[in-house]
Amino acid sequence: MAGVGSACLTIGLFTALYAVGASLFGARTGRREWVDSGRRAVYCLAALCVGAFAILESAFLRSDFSYALVAEGSSTSTPTFYKVTAVWATQDGSLLLWATLLALFAGAVLFLTRRTLRDIAPYATAVLGAVAAFFLLLMVGWENPFDTLAVVPSEGAGLNPLLRHPAMMIHPPMLYTGYVGFSIPFAFAIGALMTRRTGADWIRATRRFTLVAWTFLGTGILLGALWSYSELGWGGYWAWDPVENASLMPWLVGTAFLHSIMVQEKRGMLKVWNVSLICATFTLALLGTFLVRSGILDSIHAFGASTIGVQFLVFIGCVIALSAVLVISRLPYLRSEARLDSLLSREAFFLLNNLVLVALALVILWGTFFPLISEAITGTEQTVGPPWFDRLATPLAIVLVLLAWVGPVLAWRRVTPAALVRVLLAPLAATAVVLAALLALTDARDSVPSLIMFCFVAFLLSVVGQEFWRGARARRTMTGESWPRALARLTGRNRRRYGGYLVHVGIGVLFLGVAASSAFLQQRDVRLSPGQSFSVGDYDVEYVRPTARLGGDRGGTGAPIAFGAVMRVKNGDRTFTLRPSRNYYATADPAKGAISRFFEGEATSEVDMRWGLRRDFWLAVRPDLVSLQKPIARADREFSDSPSDVQAIVISTLTQLYREKPPPATFRAIVSPLVAWIWIGGAIVLLGALVAAWPSPEARLRRVRSLYKARLGRELTRA
Amino acid sequence: MDPARKRKLRLVLALGVAVLLASALVYTSFSASSEAAKPSELQPGRAYELTGKVVHNSIRRDGEQLHFRVRDRDGTESVPVTYSGTVPDPFREGREVIVSGELERGTFVAERDSLVTKCPSKFTKDEQSS
Amino acid sequence: MEYVVALLVLAALVALAVSVPLRRRGQAERLEETRVEELTAAKEAKYREIRDAELDHRMGKLSERDWRMVDGELRGEAVEILRELDALEGRTPG
Repeated sequence: MAGVGSACLTIGLFTALYAVGASLFGARTGRREWVDSGRRAVYCLAALCVGAFAILESAFLRSDFSYALVAEGSSTSTPTFYKVTAVWATQDGSLLLWATLLALFAGAVLFLTRRTLRDIAPYATAVLGAVAAFFLLLMVGWENPFDTLAVVPSEGAGLNPLLRHPAMMIHPPMLYTGYVGFSIPFAFAIGALMTRRTGADWIRATRRFTLVAWTFLGTGILLGALWSYSELGWGGYWAWDPVENASLMPWLVGTAFLHSIMVQEKRGMLKVWNVSLICATFTLALLGTFLVRSGILDSIHAFGASTIGVQFLVFIGCVIALSAVLVISRLPYLRSEARLDSLLSREAFFLLNNLVLVALALVILWGTFFPLISEAITGTEQTVGPPWFDRLATPLAIVLVLLAWVGPVLAWRRVTPAALVRVLLAPLAATAVVLAALLALTDARDSVPSLIMFCFVAFLLSVVGQEFWRGARARRTMTGESWPRALARLTGRNRRRYGGYLVHVGIGVLFLGVAASSAFLQQRDVRLSPGQSFSVGDYDVEYVRPTARLGGDRGGTGAPIAFGAVMRVKNGDRTFTLRPSRNYYATADPAKGAISRFFEGEATSEVDMRWGLRRDFWLAVRPDLVSLQKPIARADREFSDSPSDVQAIVISTLTQLYREKPPPATFRAIVSPLVAWIWIGGAIVLLGALVAAWPSPEARLRRVRSLYKARLGRELTRA
Repeated sequence: MDPARKRKLRLVLALGVAVLLASALVYTSFSASSEAAKPSELQPGRAYELTGKVVHNSIRRDGEQLHFRVRDRDGTESVPVTYSGTVPDPFREGREVIVSGELERGTFVAERDSLVTKCPSKFTKDEQSS
Repeated sequence: MEYVVALLVLAALVALAVSVPLRRRGQAERLEETRVEELTAAKEAKYREIRDAELDHRMGKLSERDWRMVDGELRGEAVEILRELDALEGRTPG
């Protein structure tokens, strides 16, 4: 079947190229049948990619080790969930996932716009086909997922233990859906530029795709942060690592784009800005995909020199060149239809919001590429660390939250200043109360940036709450409905606006969690023997006894050995038990002894924590194996040729040894307030995005009616 | 003020802010940065971000401190490192690491908690996949 | 071998699928139809804006005078769209 999969990719490449050619030919000569043919080619491409992906998945599920990819990334002992998701843990598999998602999205958008945007759609098809062709070319030419091994191994290498966490496996598809999703508005923007139809039509047609892409990308980023927090042994969720930054930048610019397209839809302004912004978003998305697999930046994720880095750079260069040439040559058609009437208007603040978001993205871009920039300028490679990023990003984030609560208060075109003041009175009062409470009841005053952030978030929440209340009240004066009904109908009839408000609330809550957990963190690293205890914050932690387990991994990751500790934690009159541990995976390295290879392979920290709405208590352990080193070395010498069941008994004895005579272990305990609100905020954002993207029933009805009218018209003229 | 002048004023203001931000960016990044170096490039008296591979059989722990050697990625020159703080999960001999600190009397004394270990290559055909 | 066979079969299937529109000629396309769809979308967006402005006014963000000005502009733009729509739809009976 590997041959069939490979054939799917090769034919897919030619199908994509055909889609490009046919669409362009049809557009240039005005012959619709070629455009339709090109569109069908995209449908075929989707089918081919899905087929190839299914073949690859089945190989993983069957543990067919004749596939090089399966032998590399899976094993018979890998749990089924991780077998399925191991496909995209590899370079080749992830490229296939990217291509498949792209083909599916392209097929969907072309199907939905098959009767509209007659001028733009062919060029969009060509762009999407070209991007798909690039990814297929990468696979067919360099990184084919269907490479087979001449000698079929009996066992595979298994999935990297660090990745055996549900969030980590859902993270790549979410990110890719985000990146791929942004290619849709990009393709239509290029089409709009080529055909000089630069009105808001291309925006309207792709708006939902943009929103979906933005949501998935944001969720993917949050999942990565969640994984880092709950799985890695350092207890943080964001490290300003180049790869993390690579996913954040397109999201920031994408957020700016989501706002500025509203301005173009309502007022016909910012046309140049919009097309440039979507080109930048898509370029950053490609850059994000590229950074993870090149070796140009030192990062915890940079996977060394790869074989496809140069190709990506060339492709990104082409995208930038094409976008720049098109935008500049079409400048006369991108003139604004209106002017900014007043600074106290939604348009003005959306523009400000855009500027802040782009500034933030530029700051991150500069910091991420600083090693290369500094090398080019000064000759020595220099890096900037998280403190620098924090220092520059924090004020920009505060300004962003400021804009987030001013925006909902304003109206399009202009707002009467007197009305504005009236609107802001209640939120101001609420914030003053919150500020007083914070100063009196907590030690929030220790961190001024956090205090400002808290106040702004309080303002944001009260402003949005007021908006909902005033809108519902206005509705009630008209229709006399009950409060819940009025709220529901209000949101239902103005999904974009109120869904957007919900998203703002979510972002505010998220920033609240980030501010609180970074400024008011309490952390301690200690070395303890059983029976000893320490305190952190107002928690007392006692190391009760060590644990050592063979097999039966609680998290379902297939770890053979786990050493850990039972810790009793007391806070006031509440006591709970935590069991952090460290999983040890065997290595297949032939240079290691038969017994020691079980202890010298990968090891992951299995953190234990207690979630809470007010704060999290996070605990990690790093056992010290130094007292076991001599027994392990001796076991290596004596039992290297023994059968595996004898070795199992030996290992079991060693784990028993750890339990009875444990050396001191290193513990890290972190008390972080309000971390849970980061994830809650993310969930609210998701809800808000869903509300905003949901098609309204009236629109659906109108669409159906107009389709019938069109059909009636056609049939009557034919008769 | 007529609208045209107002717009020009706004543009000037915006550009001014942009220039200010850009200079803040450049200034802070060059002054807060630390130089990246390989073991063979280290010189005493300056803070560096040392990058290289952990030498085989060089890892030794004594109490709170961790001792190991780091060598050039494609070379043999190595330098001993003394480190205390969190050790990332992927840390192992043969892995690529990044650690900040200063060279003192022949030993690279690392900043606390500054050790970063690169995840093993999942995107290249490695000699030994784990 | 399997690869070559699959290659030929898939190529044939794809060629078949994409050639359907090329073989099915003689379907006169009405360009006006697409323009009608685009104008309808623009009309709905304009209606949404008019409703938004009304909501803003009722919530007190826009004063009476400001609202009348904005409302007038928007309704004028909506009338233009309706006029163009009627002109196009006038050609197709029904």
